[in-house]
Amino acid sequence: MSVKLTITDQMAQIAREHGKILAPLRDDLVLLDSGLDSLGFAVLVARLEDRLGVDPFTASEDAQFPVTLGDFVKVYENGAR
Amino acid sequence: MARADALSLRQSMGKSSSERFFWDRTAHARIGDLAGGTSCGDRLEKLSGKSVLVATGSQLATALALIELDGLARRLTILPPDAETEHFDAVIAGAQVDAIVTDRESKASGSFDRLVRVVCSPGIEQAERLPPALLQTEWVMLTSGTTGVPKMVVYSLAGLTAPMRAGKQADSPVVWGTFYDIRRYGGLQIFLRTVLGGASLVLSRAGESISDHLDRLGQHGVTHLSGTPSHWRRALMSPEIRKISPRYVRLSGEIADQAILDSLRHAFPQASVGHAYASTEAGVAFEVLDGLAGFPDQFIERSRDGVEMKVLNGSLRIRSPRTASRYIGAERTALADKDGFVDTGDMVELQGERYVFAGRRGGIINIGGLKVHPEEIEAVINRHPQVRMSLVRPKRSPITGSIVIADVVLKSGNRVGGELLAVEGDILRLCRDALPRHKVPASICFVPALDVAATGKLARRHG
Repeated sequence: MSVKLTITDQMAQIAREHGKILAPLRDDLVLLDSGLDSLGFAVLVARLEDRLGVDPFTASEDAQFPVTLGDFVKVYENGAR
Repeated sequence: MARADALSLRQSMGKSSSERFFWDRTAHARIGDLAGGTSCGDRLEKLSGKSVLVATGSQLATALALIELDGLARRLTILPPDAETEHFDAVIAGAQVDAIVTDRESKASGSFDRLVRVVCSPGIEQAERLPPALLQTEWVMLTSGTTGVPKMVVYSLAGLTAPMRAGKQADSPVVWGTFYDIRRYGGLQIFLRTVLGGASLVLSRAGESISDHLDRLGQHGVTHLSGTPSHWRRALMSPEIRKISPRYVRLSGEIADQAILDSLRHAFPQASVGHAYASTEAGVAFEVLDGLAGFPDQFIERSRDGVEMKVLNGSLRIRSPRTASRYIGAERTALADKDGFVDTGDMVELQGERYVFAGRRGGIINIGGLKVHPEEIEAVINRHPQVRMSLVRPKRSPITGSIVIADVVLKSGNRVGGELLAVEGDILRLCRDALPRHKVPASICFVPALDVAATGKLARRHG
């Protein structure tokens, strides 16, 4: 499964578990508008570490949390290499 | 201090020199032989009036030394089995130790030049005369702090044994067993119950497998058995659990959740299952025998056997004659508040007419400002029929500071991936149904075993 698909798959899963409605997952989607709240993203980052073997935000001190879904995926694509 | 009214332990053993024993893995001693004998030979007298550090390696030697030294020594400091050698000097200075009792297995084998040293054995020799035991000995135990020099806590024998006074002697012989080491508060309680209650005791042994221990408990016909919930969860994983059929099962030292109480009732349908609340500082506060987790709300603010309890800022506070009297050594904090209440640090919540334990104040995980006790999540996970035990721990999160992760041990291992996924889904569903969202673990890790510390408690890494 591609990094992007893993991410969107988990976002859908977490939205279901948290009873949230997910916005259409386009690259320019602003994460704050995605339907997941900060707890949802915290769970997402933890699950992605299990699946992709990396937490790019904790691994690097100065990693900025991305604004859009496209940026978020890029951080993982770079980190998972 | 001179002994006022109470008897020394040796005098309290009772005349019943019948077939009562301490059983170790490799040796045993007939308790009644101590009425006219000693494990320290003619060196015992040298300990008279001293502040004695009991640094024996074998629990059998410890058991005998404690009986012999109560009333004889001015102060008895019990060194726990996992005491760090680097802390010996602080313990010796803190308790003003001027004599040390060791045996061949003792870790304290260095030179203690300034101390009177007596080497004892796990056997009893008859003695022509025994030195008189006229003192009100102070008992000192070390707390099981995870870092730094352990705190040293002072008790009187009367305080330590107060929870047993009300108990009546059993009609049929009692054989106690404990998964604890008797040099810890939970184990010392069982040792004292044995001595005062006319019973025998099967001692635990560091490094012994749970199967071998259960096998020994079965051979000696254990009737009363005590340990932490973690001890019991491990015991229930062993097929040798079939070799014992105790009449009384006791849990203490950790939160007894409904799952472990139900498992024990199922495993020992004929036994009475009780969970006791005690802490090293506060002593034994109460025991619950109705098979339900937590305790009835009437226990609070209604004195029972001289034990008063209240809840302040969410934590359980206890005032009773069983609490320790003070700290000695480097610890400068007060053990109790100005009214004499000890803050246990155990957080409780009222649910209906029952208080349930939420967890330790120091173990709280902060998830984006919301506070979580790992123990309350574990209690939910442990309800799953295939779960034997679990540990909820924080994981650093770039977004919420922390998030919770659960390590889970299943009752039967060896499952393939698909089954594990199904169990994981089940457990998460159980958590989502019972807990607010932030308390649901972000992920479940299936592990073959969880670390249980020397104290018998689940090893938690506070970070």
